[in-house]
Parts: sequence; structure tokens; C-alpha cells
Amino acid sequence: MSRYVSYRDFDWILLMFVLIICGMGVMEIHSATMHTKFAGAHIRQVYWVGAGVGAMFLMSLVNYQALLDQVHWFYIAAVASLMAVLVFGQKYLGAKRWIKMPGGNHFQPSEWVKLILILAIAKYFADMRQRELSWTDFMKAGAIVGIPMLMVLKQPDLGTALTYLPIVIVGVFLGGLQWKQGLVVALLATAAVGAVFFVPKVHVLKTYQKQRLTSFADPELDPQGSGYQVEQSKIAVGSGGLWGGKGSQTHGAFLPVPQTDFIFAAFAEEHGFVGALGILLLYFIVLMRLTQNAQTAPDRAGTFVVMGVVAVLSFHILVNVGMVVGFMPVTGIPLPLMSYGGSSVLFMFLALGMVMNVRMRRFVN
Amino acid sequence: MLGRDDKVSAMRLTAAQYIILGIFLVLAYGLWRLQVMQSDFYSLAAEKNRIRNVPVLAPRGKILDREGRTIVDNYPSFSALMMRDSSRDLAGDADLIAQGLHLDPSEVRARIRHFAALPQYQPIFLKEDITPDELQFIEAHRNELPELDTIMAHRRLYPRNGFMAHLIGYVGEVSEDMLNQPQFELYNAGDVVGISGVERQYNTLLMGTNGSRQALVDSHGREVGRLGETDAIPGKQLRLTIDIDLQIAAEEALAGKNGAIVAMDPRTGEILAMVSGPTFDPNDFAVHVSRDQWNKLVTDPDKPLLNKAIQAQLAPGSTFKIIMSVAGWQEGIAQTLHVNCTGSAEFYGRRFGCWVKGGHGEVTLEKAIYQSCDVFFYTLAEKLGIDRIAKYATELGLGQKTGIDLPNEVSGVMPSEEWKIRNFKQKWFAGETISVGIGQGAIAITPVQLLRAISAISMGGRMVVPHVINPTDMPPGYVEAQHYTEVKNVPIDPNGWTFITDAMVKVLLPGGTSPMAAVPGIEIAGKTGSAQIVSLATRAKFKNDEDLAQNGWFVGFTPRRNPDVVVCVLFQGGEHGKLAARLATQVIKAYVEKQRRTPTKMVEKPKSDGTVDIGGLWTEPDSDGDKEKLAGGRFVLDLPKKPMPLATAAPGLR
Repeated sequence: MSRYVSYRDFDWILLMFVLIICGMGVMEIHSATMHTKFAGAHIRQVYWVGAGVGAMFLMSLVNYQALLDQVHWFYIAAVASLMAVLVFGQKYLGAKRWIKMPGGNHFQPSEWVKLILILAIAKYFADMRQRELSWTDFMKAGAIVGIPMLMVLKQPDLGTALTYLPIVIVGVFLGGLQWKQGLVVALLATAAVGAVFFVPKVHVLKTYQKQRLTSFADPELDPQGSGYQVEQSKIAVGSGGLWGGKGSQTHGAFLPVPQTDFIFAAFAEEHGFVGALGILLLYFIVLMRLTQNAQTAPDRAGTFVVMGVVAVLSFHILVNVGMVVGFMPVTGIPLPLMSYGGSSVLFMFLALGMVMNVRMRRFVN
Repeated sequence: MLGRDDKVSAMRLTAAQYIILGIFLVLAYGLWRLQVMQSDFYSLAAEKNRIRNVPVLAPRGKILDREGRTIVDNYPSFSALMMRDSSRDLAGDADLIAQGLHLDPSEVRARIRHFAALPQYQPIFLKEDITPDELQFIEAHRNELPELDTIMAHRRLYPRNGFMAHLIGYVGEVSEDMLNQPQFELYNAGDVVGISGVERQYNTLLMGTNGSRQALVDSHGREVGRLGETDAIPGKQLRLTIDIDLQIAAEEALAGKNGAIVAMDPRTGEILAMVSGPTFDPNDFAVHVSRDQWNKLVTDPDKPLLNKAIQAQLAPGSTFKIIMSVAGWQEGIAQTLHVNCTGSAEFYGRRFGCWVKGGHGEVTLEKAIYQSCDVFFYTLAEKLGIDRIAKYATELGLGQKTGIDLPNEVSGVMPSEEWKIRNFKQKWFAGETISVGIGQGAIAITPVQLLRAISAISMGGRMVVPHVINPTDMPPGYVEAQHYTEVKNVPIDPNGWTFITDAMVKVLLPGGTSPMAAVPGIEIAGKTGSAQIVSLATRAKFKNDEDLAQNGWFVGFTPRRNPDVVVCVLFQGGEHGKLAARLATQVIKAYVEKQRRTPTKMVEKPKSDGTVDIGGLWTEPDSDGDKEKLAGGRFVLDLPKKPMPLATAAPGLR
């Protein structure tokens, strides 16, 4: 296999759009945290983005096919790290999500597990030899994602656990899902969700998680809890109007965590419908550019890797922006590239590194 | 079979793109809905979030006496609050806070826990009405304990030791029950309103109107700016007809006793003093009345919360004989009635005793009044019959509310044949009339009713409405005040009026029932009374009469003609009217002495060097020698000693 790799094939246009989004994020973090105890967070975000770009270049250097060959080891490591979180993790706000690393840093394994799952699913479907999906394949793919998902759910971190789901959904869809199977799975999923909520003996979700999800349906029931957050977010977005407003929701601290989960609400309040639509357009361009890269990938595995990234990114946008405009419950999922936070930024750039990796090898063979 | 290099279905990749497009269209619609379609609604919601209307509390109006001296004032009272900023470890600060505010640390922690579920922007009340040193603690720890804050409210400062408590009343937070009543419908929960007395009667005047401040707040409720302010309109000052000096005299007279004293100007109906005993301290209610304290007040058999001047309904005893005398005179019976009192007399087959066991001998109306002969009035009652008695008593206002401007006045009972049938479905027994003749039996009146009736008799039939404010001080349109100046003329024969009031003067002279109460130099007309608390029948069951307390009454006025003060005393458990008479004359004495030293046109106010200018008129021989002419001049007198200072305010107020 010849190894002709050049940065001429690096997707500079994609990187440009990604960095524009990051820039908007940094701007909004600055604006939202200006007079709070988080002031200065935008500077740290710039460092994280810088580190992310570096990581992306490093990631693009390692041949993704080599990574795919070793994916079973990565997968074992991922499950082990999640296990370690459950055993040694630091409890913070009632959930164990972090491991304290030497040097005082905190490490949240559930983020990079996402990367490994993208690779694992890509590997699984790339190695598949039929055009149509069998129930066995279906179960196996489900298990690959299901095991870490249950472990993250146990932390408990419903939001992150849910972000694993689109990886397998896209994998199955592109891997040759049959209509019949799709129908059966959709019915089963509906039944399972129904059971989780309405059968009292089933304790998959914690009470507060159920509350968050139900208060979304009727925010008036719980004006100070998560229903309150959705309400404040809607007020922020709505008061932004067409061209943006004073930002009193963001600066008066009515909007919860305006630099992380609700950054899109803060942005929409200050820049209005025009600004918010602009951000959505940027994301849409990025996603279209990514799917184009998936189409031009050198092999099935490459396509699956890129589409895995597309799935995770789309899901994050859907759930986060959906929450901000009141379509989705509060799940604590950040908006990739814009929300403040190292883990989230690093994950996105590593994922983009894998996409670049695939793209740079599109003329291989 | 698929090869490793076979491509993924292009159709499905395109489908994925369309799915993503669909997601973005839905999200864009979500933004459109909020930011374009419902933008106005949410802009308003954002404004409402930010702007909080903070009430600016209006201070209640002061209450003054007739000379403008302060009776009730306000004082600024601070409450300690805890603002819950998430950046502070509140439980960790609890020890320091508790120490500074003189609270129990565990109590502070308990409050923090208890309110943990409440929205953050609601502060926790730590302590009400904090002391100056506690206030200073909070001010001094602004940096160390930024979560502590204070809020100022005006609280009522009432006179000490329950001085005038019943007349003034007290204020409290408006209750749920009150809010449902029409007269309170304009008030909001949390408003402080008058609960009893003048505070309640004139609440609308005293209360004022709260202003409001539009404050810009953040989500913690902290004020970050100010938009506008509408000033509070303070409550109006209320000037009462009460004279603090006379009130002090009345309070001193009734101190430690059970009963009531009311003094009134019979010409106008202005109440000059009103005391009810035992009393209570309304200052205890101003902040927080404890349940124990409240229960004690409510269950006390002496009923300290009752204003007995307008709420005690009791038999008037012998004081009723004045009303009997008027009735008898008007009917032409009393002036010619001669009775031989042998100590008792028989009516309708039952023996009725006189209070003098040996009898009064030959008795006419005059002697019957100053000696209070029961047999005379039994006979008069028999001749008049209950309905004629009831007619005159009712005309003089007995058994009805006087219309005094105080809440919860009671009406009492003036029995009649019709009353008996209406309330008991029974015929009136003629024997019952005999008891009513000396103010016993079914008759029950309030001190203020008796005061008004005797006042009317002392004025020759001119009956006024008692009131505690000056109607001319009221704002225009305050219609309730108009009837205070209404005068009713009860027809009383001038000869009867002079005859009866002259006989009342003899009550306090040697030979009368209460000569010991007389005050040298002051002519007082009055009538004593004592009424059994229990009925005669019950009394008969107990052998030793003396153990059963009686209510002593006295009602009197001065001077004999055109009086300017009339006083009614109820001394519960006071055995005999003689004791009540002493209390009354004490008050009258204070009144007259004050009048006599008040500067008149003839005598000016004493100067600071203790001298006083007196104007004098005299006659001297004319320069011609045989005629006399009127001469006038001024003299300067040294005052022998410094007079007792008059009060400058109610006790406990500057």
C-alpha cells in the first residue's frame, strides 16, 4: 500500500468553517462571562481550540486503517476506563463522570469513548460481507455501542449515553438496514421508552432524569428546575427578535450556564434570528462538507468513520439547539465547537482529525 | 458478497444529507417561531424577568391628642435577611451570623435547610426588628458576609404599659378572613392594617398609599439598577379628641383595677379620656406576638382585650334611677310621689328590700336620688310600668349603640314587654318591672351608653354622639364623620332637669351616698350605683353576701349647670358605687385643675420668671364722688410654686 499523503489534500475549507464557528463561540463565551466569576473563560477556550487544532493534525497523520486494525484494543481500553470511572471516579454534582489524573487534571473518558465507538462501528460494518443486514449483525452492532452506553448511563450521564446512539444508528442505516428491520426496531424502541417512563418497576432512569424529561413537556410544573431553564432559554431566544437585543437574559444570569450548554441561546439573544440562522448555516455547511468527504472516502471503512462523526455532530446540534428552542428536554449536551469546555473541543477536533485522515488518503490505492 | 473496497450505497448517503437538512429546517423553524413569530411575547417576558416592583412602604399616620401631642408614632425597624448567592458557603457562615445576630447557630442552619427548596431570588428572613448593635454587625461585615442584608420597615410605637391601648387598638398583617370582607378588598396580602380601635376605625386615613420602585434585578434578585420610583404617600395624621393629661389621670385612677372610665365633653360629644382595665401592651403585637402570650390574653377571665367602655354589657344599678327620675318627672308622677321607706316593700306578692335595712323613712324624689332609696324607685317603677320606663330609657339611648367611632361597639339590652315576647316568647311579668326600677334584672348597658344618657340629662335633653376625632379635621367626603355632630333633643322639662341635677349634687354632699368622694372647691353632680354580678336568686343561695363581688358605678359631671365634662366609671368588683365615685372625682379634679390653669383672656400663661399677668375689673368711686365707675388694670403676681408640668406626649413617646 503506497503512503502518499499530502496536506494539499487536507480539507482547508472545512477547517476554515470550523474555526469560524469556534471564533463565534469564543466571542459569545466572552460576552456571556464578562461580569461573572467565569470571566476570562474565552481565553482558555482559545487555548483549547489551539490544542484541538494541534491534536487534529496529529490525528490526521496516523493512518486510520492502522487505527481500525487495532480497534479491538482501543475498545477494551475504553470499557476499562469507563469501569475505572465507576470504581474510582470523582463524584461531582451527584454523578461520577471524572477521573482525577496526576497533575490535578480531570479526565472525562466518556468523550473519547465516542471516538473509539465511531472507529469500532466503522470497522464492524466495513468488514461485513453482505449487502443486507442480518439480525445477528444488528445485535452485534447494538452490543458494541450498548455496553459502554449502559456504563455511562450508570454514572449517571444520560446525555452522553444518548450521544452514542446515533453512531450505531448511522452505522446500521448505511450498513444495509432493511425496511422491515427498521420498522421492528422503531416499534421496540417506542415500547422500551414507554416502559421506562410508565412502568413503575423499571428503574433505568433516575427520578430526576424522568423529571427533566417530563418537565420539558410542561415547564409550568417546575418553574425553578429544568423547566425553568427551558423557559429562560426560550425567553432569551425569543427576546432576541430578528436582529438581536440587549442580552438581559444572558447578562442578568437568568439564562443558566450561558457559556456551555445554553451558549446558543445566549448567541441567539444577542444576535437575533439572523445571527442564529447564520450559525446554523455554518454548521450545515460543515456537515455537508463532511458527507461529501464520506462519499469520496477511499473505502467503506473511511465512509463509516466520517459518517460516524457526522452522526455525532448532527445529534449534538439537534439535541442542543432543540433544547434551546424548547423542542427537546434538558440533557446537558453541549453545542460542539461553540460551548466552553476542553473535553468537548478536543473530541471534536480529534474527530475532525479522523475525517482529514480519511480525506488525505482518498487517492490511495 | 461485498469487497472491502465496495462503496457504501450512495443513495443512503444522499438520504442522510436530506435527513440532516430536515433537522436543520426544524431547528430553523424553532428559531423563527420564537424570534419572529413570538418575539414580542418573549421580549415582554424578558422585561418582566428583569424589572421587579419593590414596594416603598408608606409610613402610617401619627396619632395625636387634641393638643397635638404625640400618642402613637412610628420607628424604623430593620429585619435581617440572607440573600442566597450560590458562591457563598452559607452553612459555613452560620456560626458567625448566629453570633452577631444573637441566634442559635443550629437555628440558622435549620432555616437555610428549610428554605433550600425555595427559588434563589427569595431571601431568607433571619430576624425581625433587630437591635442597633445587630444592625451594626451587619453593616460592619458587608465584605465578610455579603449574603447578609437588611430591610427597613416602619413599625408602630405605642405608649408604654398599655396606656390607652383599647382606644388606640393595634395593627397587624391583614388576614385571609379580612381580605374577604368588602371593606378590606383594596388591600393586598402582607399589608399592615388596623386590627382594632382607632387604628382599625380610621385605617383608610392612617394607612397611606405604598409607592413602588422599579428595580432592575438579576436572577438572584439582586438590584443592579433602578428605572423609576413612585413615592409613597404617607398616612394622614389623626388628631383625637383625647386630652393626654386627662387620659393619664383616668389611667392612674383605674390602674390595676377591672373596669372602665370614660370622660366626655357633654356639649360636643368629644371623648376626652377612655380607659379599660386590665390592659395589654400593643407593642408586643407590633413585631410578633407569641402564641403563649396571645392565649394568655384571650383566656384571661378579666378580658384584657375587651374595651369595656363600649363592650361591657352590665346592669347599671342605681345610676339608672336618674333615668327613672326623668321618666317619672315627664309623666308627672315623680314630683308628687311620697313614699315611706321601711327598709323593704311588697310588690305583686314578693318582698323587695332597700339597701338601707332600717329604711329611709319619709322619702321624696330629691332624697330618693341623693340617698338612693330603692323602695321609692320600686314604687315609681310600679306606677310607670315597663313600657313607659323603656320609652324614656330608649329615648336616652340605652340598649342601643351610641354610634361612637370605634369598632365593635355592643348595644346592650333595654327590656320591654315587646322585647320579652320577641326574645323569649313569654309575657312580661309585672314583678320584673320592680327590679328594672333600680337598674337590675334584664337591663344591660355599656358605660358609654350610660355616659351619653346622663350627659343628655345634664344638658337639659341635648343628646350628642360620642366620638374620638374632630369631624372638622376629616378630609372632605369622609361621610362617616358627619353624623358625629348630630344632636338629638330629648324633651325634658326644665324644672325637672334642674331639680334632678340639684339632687345629684347632694349625692356628694354630707347626707348623700358618696360624700367622701367630694372634691373641695369643685361642684360635682353625680350618681352612684352598684349592681349584682349574679342574679338575686343566685345570690340568695349563698349565705355570706359579702363574698359576692358587685360592680360599682358612678356617673357625674361638673359644673351643675352647663357642664363641660361628664365622667362615667365602671369598677368591676368594686363593691359599691362609693369607690367608683372616688375614681371619677379624681378624673374630674384633674380636668378642672387643668382648666383653671389654662390661660384665659383674663390670665396669661406664666412667664419663665414664675410671674403671671392677671387682668382685673373693679368698681371705684367716680371722680364726682357719688357714682361708681368700672375700672380695669393688670397685675403681676408671683406664682407660689411651680405647677405640675403637663404631659408633652403619651408615656413612652418623647
